[in-house]
Amino acid sequence: MRRIALAACLMIASLAAPAMAARVELLNVSYDPTRELYKAVNTGFAAEWKKKTGDDVVINQSHGGSGKQARSVIDGLEADVVTLALAYDIDAIADKAKLLPAAWQARLPNNSTPYYSTIVFLVRKGNPKGIHDWGDLVKPGVKVITPNPKTSGGARWNFLAAWGYGQKALGTPAAAQDFVKKLYANVPVLDSGARGSTVTFAERGIGDVLIAWENEAQLADQELGAGKFEIVVPSVSVLAEPPVAVIDKVVDKHGTRKVAEAYLSYLYTPAAQEIIAKNGYRPRDPAVAKRYAARFPTIQLFQIDRNFGGWTKTQARFFADGGIFDQIYTGGAPGL
Amino acid sequence: MRSAAISEPRWLRLALIVLMLGFLALNLLLPLAVVFAEGLRKGIAAYLGAIREADALAALRLTLTVAAIAVPLNIIIGLAAAWAIAKFDFRFKSLLITLIDLPFSVSPVVSGLIYVLVFGLQGWLGPWLQAHDAQVIFAVPGLVLATIFVTFPFVARELIPLMEEQGRDEEEAALSLGASGLATFWHVTLPNIRWGLLYGVLLCNARAMGEFGAVSVVSGHIRGKTNTLPLHIEILYNEYNFAAAFAVASLLAGLALVTLVLKSLLEWRFAGQLAGRGH
Repeated sequence: MRRIALAACLMIASLAAPAMAARVELLNVSYDPTRELYKAVNTGFAAEWKKKTGDDVVINQSHGGSGKQARSVIDGLEADVVTLALAYDIDAIADKAKLLPAAWQARLPNNSTPYYSTIVFLVRKGNPKGIHDWGDLVKPGVKVITPNPKTSGGARWNFLAAWGYGQKALGTPAAAQDFVKKLYANVPVLDSGARGSTVTFAERGIGDVLIAWENEAQLADQELGAGKFEIVVPSVSVLAEPPVAVIDKVVDKHGTRKVAEAYLSYLYTPAAQEIIAKNGYRPRDPAVAKRYAARFPTIQLFQIDRNFGGWTKTQARFFADGGIFDQIYTGGAPGL
Repeated sequence: MRSAAISEPRWLRLALIVLMLGFLALNLLLPLAVVFAEGLRKGIAAYLGAIREADALAALRLTLTVAAIAVPLNIIIGLAAAWAIAKFDFRFKSLLITLIDLPFSVSPVVSGLIYVLVFGLQGWLGPWLQAHDAQVIFAVPGLVLATIFVTFPFVARELIPLMEEQGRDEEEAALSLGASGLATFWHVTLPNIRWGLLYGVLLCNARAMGEFGAVSVVSGHIRGKTNTLPLHIEILYNEYNFAAAFAVASLLAGLALVTLVLKSLLEWRFAGQLAGRGH
């Protein structure tokens, strides 16, 4: 009996211990391709936070398609911070669950996007199908791999980049719609997230070209055997801005506001910008950007606000139920 | 020995056996071998490293915890359900049987989603749970609930036909001789059904440890916290850690093999009793 009481005391003590040792935990709910980025960022931030405050901070990670991740936060996944693929997904959390204010994007510099990226192509070595620009993706017999825009943020950027090209090259929205329709008719597999598509293309060997985040294409090129793939930079693409935000209701409940805000501010420091660039994301810091300029070729980039009228409008027009994506996507390419 | 007249021709028997063995080799043994081979591709040190890694151990612990809660609960519920259906008559018996089968026919993803709809922040009970600072989905309780849902029929489904076949005579005899209800269960019913029960428990346990779809929906995928072994394997695979993914997959396969060996051992040890009981 006494032993049981002792065990109970020990258990209670071990539960209470973390509070005394000042160990803080944060949950960062992120999108698919940022696994390697945040693994490196978290190590850097933990070291800095320890130096500054003496406290240990452990950052837990959850990754998945951006839309799916936003849905989980709306359904109660207690994220202290979200780092998603596009602003609309954080807007959805503000709008549907009221977990943060609607004007969240003005709280941090650069529209709350500490890094940006764009969309490029990954093709097999030697570029056997001769893919150089968006126009080559609609040719008959070319198999294109891209994820599902309904669940993946990266996929929505892919779609918009293709649309932007179609409109620029062919002139009218109707022609652009016809262009993306032809493009998606060449897609044999729609994975739910960007990482799934990369594995489909690179590991399972399906398709001739992967439309991917620049960082994802660079990572796949490095990780999965250098020389197996080539990155093709199209003539135009889209300025993809993945934003970050503190989830107010959650940090206030957890008492983690200070460390959560410090974590996001850390992303803008030169040290973190260096990690960001190393992981294939385009840094905001001009000095770091200059050092890594060779890795990030200059491309003419469409902007979501200027060219598409902002995310709310874009989401409703293209990706909502019955929107343009639903109208043009009819099941994709037959067979693999 | 059956006479040749009522037995299948020799070639047919041989063909069927070869077909079956070939099918099993191709569909079961080969993939299983691939799992272990891929896991060991980078050497034994990398293999052990992947299994000893903190997130993998956390996933293993979580998987065993979930199974340790879900399986005993399903034994109790399954026994109660089978008992009610086999030994009593009541009006909604066929409805109850249909309900027990429901998890078999519902897609696991849907089984996960129903818990999101009930316990999610926007769900029926979400605001109340939030006000009382309780977390069900994206935490261990949600994983346990989803696992119980998908593994619920295994025990009951094993027991119902067995108990129905055995009828009520022995229990009625025990009760009329003055045995208490509990004593009747312990000394008459349980010995009769123990092999069926054991088999149901093993199936239930195997599925509880291996379930992917339903737990994937309610997990939240926080590594080191709410990832079970199957989810951890998916994460490793998606992170290009193919050797580690297969190493952890072999661990899961190993757990299943242990279950199977345990079952075979028990059957072998109690072969005499089994034969005596006729099943």
